[in-house]
Amino acid sequence: MAHAAFFVVAAIAVVAALGLVLRRNAIHGALFLVVNLGAIAVLYQTLGAEFLAWAQVIVYAGAIMVLFVFAIMVLIPGKEETGPDPRRAWRLLALPAGALLFLQLIFVVRGARGGAGSGAPSVGGGVESIAGLLFTRYLFPFELTSVLLLAAMVGALLLARRRV
Amino acid sequence: MVPESYYVGLSAILFTIGVVGVVIRRNPLVMFMSIELMLNAANLALVAFGRRVGNADGQAVVFFVMAVAAAEVAVGLAIIVAIFRLRRRLSVDDLSLMRW
Repeated sequence: MAHAAFFVVAAIAVVAALGLVLRRNAIHGALFLVVNLGAIAVLYQTLGAEFLAWAQVIVYAGAIMVLFVFAIMVLIPGKEETGPDPRRAWRLLALPAGALLFLQLIFVVRGARGGAGSGAPSVGGGVESIAGLLFTRYLFPFELTSVLLLAAMVGALLLARRRV
Repeated sequence: MVPESYYVGLSAILFTIGVVGVVIRRNPLVMFMSIELMLNAANLALVAFGRRVGNADGQAVVFFVMAVAAAEVAVGLAIIVAIFRLRRRLSVDDLSLMRW
């Protein structure tokens, strides 16, 4: 049962990712990416990471994708990537290169052994356990992210100003 | 219980699709979304490995990755908007000014 659910959600995620890469229309790609992020949120849930599942839906599928869709609406008046591709041969080289990368990833992951194994006691992924880690062991990086987000906000404002 | 290796394999598939997307697409926005796809694949692998090791540290790292990704998207989209204002076109093939 759990396996069947995993394969269904994984298939949805892969199909949505392929849709993002292969569809010409950027808006369709953005909506496919939303589906993909939702599927990954479901997978987080099955892994026991409840907090991350909800953060994924709120931060990624919510905030970040709205920003993307907004940018696409502002920037692209109609069809994009029209006309012949001047570097088509080079781009087609991406497929064997991607296959090679995939094989390499599988090779590396298969070589990784160790850990407690699948029967490990499941760790809590709720808000409580994550907050306990964030405010003790990872307190300094956590504070740094606030500085980072502030810097990103100021930088985005500067870049988007009319007369740069 | 689905073994972690399945999740890691799915993560490898999604990461590869993201890499291919960055290489074959010409629209910087779609390339950006492919980068988000790669980040998510890495996050999925982190959570899966975290469950295998048996602690929640992997999930804390994923939280930081999400924060960095949010900052990256804000700045990156601002840069793309600025470039579009300058050129009125949106294709990465035109942007060869800083290439060696």
